[in-house]
Amino acid sequence: MRRIPMAGVFASLALVLAACGGGSESGDGDKKSAALEGRGEITFVTGKDTSGNLQKQIDDWNSKHPDEPVRIIELSDKADEQRQQMIQNAQVKSDAYTVLNLDVVWTAEFAANRWVVELPEDQLPISDLLAPTVDTGRYLGKLYAVPVDSDAGLLYYRKDLLAEAGIDKAPTTWSELFAACDAVKAKVSSAKNIDCYAGQFDKYEGLTVNASEAINAAGGSVVDEQGKPTVNTPEAKAGLDVLVNAFKDGHISKKAITYTEELGRADFNGGKLLFHRQWPYQYASASDKEESKVAGKFDVAPLPGSNGPGVSTLGGHNFAISAFAKNKATALDFLNYMTSTEVQKANAIVIGKAPSVAALYNDPEVVAKFPYMPSLKTAIENAKGRPKVVKYGDVTTAIQEAAYAALNGSKTTDAALAELQTKLETLTQ
Amino acid sequence: MAIPIPPVNTPAKPARKGQDAKSTRRFALLLLSPTFLVLALVVGYPVLAGIRQSLYAQAEGLDADGFVIEGERFVGLENYTALFTGERGSAFWNAFFNTTFFTATAVVLETIIGVILALIMHQALRGRGLVRASILVPWAVPTAMSGLLWRWIFQPDGVANAILNQEILWTADGWQSKLAVIIAEVWKTSPFIGLLALAGLQMIPQDVYEAAKVDGASPWQQFRRITLPLIKPALAVAVLFRMLDTLRMFDLPFVLIGGNKDSVETLSMLAWDEANNLRYGVATAYATILFLYIALLAYAFIKIAGADVIGEARARKASVKKGAAA
Repeated sequence: MRRIPMAGVFASLALVLAACGGGSESGDGDKKSAALEGRGEITFVTGKDTSGNLQKQIDDWNSKHPDEPVRIIELSDKADEQRQQMIQNAQVKSDAYTVLNLDVVWTAEFAANRWVVELPEDQLPISDLLAPTVDTGRYLGKLYAVPVDSDAGLLYYRKDLLAEAGIDKAPTTWSELFAACDAVKAKVSSAKNIDCYAGQFDKYEGLTVNASEAINAAGGSVVDEQGKPTVNTPEAKAGLDVLVNAFKDGHISKKAITYTEELGRADFNGGKLLFHRQWPYQYASASDKEESKVAGKFDVAPLPGSNGPGVSTLGGHNFAISAFAKNKATALDFLNYMTSTEVQKANAIVIGKAPSVAALYNDPEVVAKFPYMPSLKTAIENAKGRPKVVKYGDVTTAIQEAAYAALNGSKTTDAALAELQTKLETLTQ
Repeated sequence: MAIPIPPVNTPAKPARKGQDAKSTRRFALLLLSPTFLVLALVVGYPVLAGIRQSLYAQAEGLDADGFVIEGERFVGLENYTALFTGERGSAFWNAFFNTTFFTATAVVLETIIGVILALIMHQALRGRGLVRASILVPWAVPTAMSGLLWRWIFQPDGVANAILNQEILWTADGWQSKLAVIIAEVWKTSPFIGLLALAGLQMIPQDVYEAAKVDGASPWQQFRRITLPLIKPALAVAVLFRMLDTLRMFDLPFVLIGGNKDSVETLSMLAWDEANNLRYGVATAYATILFLYIALLAYAFIKIAGADVIGEARARKASVKKGAAA
C-alpha cells in the first residue's frame, strides 16, 4: 500500500519533466556552400497527405528517375507538430530529411537558423509563379523556399439576398459592406436577423490573419519590408478599429469572438451569415446541396478594404532543402518537378489546391472545376504575407493577444497596438 | 517489492544468522538491480536532464546577415528568477493560480461526485452491470476527444446554451471558460474516483452494517462512521492520483478553450508554449517548478490524508522485523 502512492508520484513527476526534456545541441556555425551537389535517394518530408494524390506524383517521379528515388516521410497532420519534428531533425543535424514542406510563415525561422539552404533562383521556374507567393519564400532578399501551393482569403457573400435588396455587385469597401448588410436586413423580410459579417476571431492563428488583413487593408502594416514593427500608426489603428467597431455596433455578432474557420462555415452554409471571410476550401462544401442551404445562392469576391479592395493574408506551403541533407542536386530537380505546371495542374484539378503557377488560374479546365479561381488570383496578387520574423511563434502570439483584447473590448485599440509595438520591437531585435 | 528472498539450499543455521541476513539482502539487491537500472534510465535520467537543461539558455538575437546566433550558454538560476518577475512573472502567477484553482475545485467536486457514483454502483440491484459500465464511459474517452466533444457542447449555438437558453461564450477568454474546463474535467474523471471508491466499498463486510443497524445507527451515521473511514485508504489513493494528474493538466483546456488564453492557461501549457518557441531552458524551468510544486503537494497530502496508510505499513514492517530478529 505504501509504495503505490510514492511510485505514482514519481511516475507523474517524471512525465512532467520528460515532456520538456527536448534539448538542443549547439551548432558549429559553419556556412554551407551554395552549390547544391550530390545525386541519389532523397526524402520528402510533409504533413499527413489527406488527398491521396501525393503518392501518385511521387510514383511518377520515381519511374522517371529510378536512380534518384524520392521517399515520402509523413509527419503529423498538425502544423505545430510538423514544425517541431523538422526543427528537432535540424538540431541534431540529421540527413534523414531532404526536402521540407514548410508553412509559409516558417521560412524566416528556418532560413535564419541555417536549417535550409539558399536556392539558386536561375535554376527554378520563378517567373512562372505568382510574385507574392515567391516572396513568402524569401528571407532578407534571398530565396530559401519555393511555393507549391497558395491560399488567400475571399469574401463569400449571399448574392440572392443582395439582389433582393437591389444590390447587384459585391461590396469592395467596408462601408459598402456594412451598408449592404443594413439594406438587406431592412428590405428582405426573411433575412431580418441574419448576421452581417464574420471572419476568424478566436485567439489562434486565424486571428493573426484577420487582424493583419484589416490593418493592411487600411494602408497600415504589422511589420515593414525590413521586418521592423510598424503597428502603432494611425493607419493600423483605423484598420483594426473597423473590426472593433463592427463588434460594438453588432455588424459582427458577439459570438464571432469564438469563431474559427469551421464555426463560420457552419453559419454561412446554414444561411445565418451574409458575408464571410473564408479560404477557398469553403467553396466546395457551400456548393454542396446536401450539406449547404446556400448552394447556388452565393458568390465570392476579393476582400473589402477601407478605400477600395482589401488585402488578403497569404497562406500556402513552400518547399525547401534541408541544410544537412545529402543529394541536394536531386532535391533541386525535385523542386522543379513539384513546381512545374503539369504537376500543379493535376494537383489543382484533383484536390483543389490553389497553385503557385500563375497561368493555371486562367486554365479553362481548372476554372471549369473551380469557378472562384479568377477571384482568387486577384486576391493572391494583392495579398501580403504575414510578418517575416525569426520568432514567428512569439510574434503571432503577441498579435493575437493585442487583437483579441481590442476586439473583446478589454483594451482600447490605441493601448493594444501601442503595447503590441513595444512587444514586437523586443521580439525582432 | 521488498519481500526477502529465502536463500535456496542453505538451511538456516543459528550461528550464521547475521551473515545469512546480509547475503540475503545482497541477493535481493542483485535481483532488484535491473529494476533500478530501468528506473534510472526512464525516470532518473529525464528528470536530471530536464533540470540541467533549465540552467541553460539559447543564444538570442541575429547577426549582421540576419542569421541566428547559435549556441547555448550556462545561465545558472536566471531562467528561474526571470519566472517570477516582469511580464513572464505575471504569466507565471496567472498559470500558477489557474493550475491550483483547477486542481482544488475539480478534485473536490470529483471526490464528492465520485463517492456518490460509487454508492450508486454499489447499491444498484437491477441492471448493476449496465449502471457500472455506463458510469465508467467518460473515463474511457480519451481526454483530447472529450475536449473536442465538450467544445461542441460549449459552442455559441451548442447544447449547453440551448439547455440554459442563454448565449454564453464559453470558449472565449473569461471566467466562463474556467467553468467549462471544470465541468468537462469533473465529468471525465469522477468515474475514476468512483471506481476506486467502489473497490473500497466492496471490501467492507456486510455484517458491520448489520451490527450498526442493530445499534440503531441512521444511514447518515453509517456513512459517516463506517463507510467513509473504511474506504478512506482507497479514496486517499484515488484523490492523490487525481491531484497529481490535474496539476499537470494540459490537453483539456488546450483542446476545449485553446492555447494562450489567460483564463485557462496552466503551468504545463506555459511550458509547452516556451518549448514550442524553442526556449527549452525556460520551458524546463517551468516544468521543474511544476515538478517541485507537485512533489510538495503530494508529500503534504500523504502526510495529512494518508498518514494512517503509511503508519500501518510501517508498523507492519517493524513487527515483521521484530519477528525475524526473534
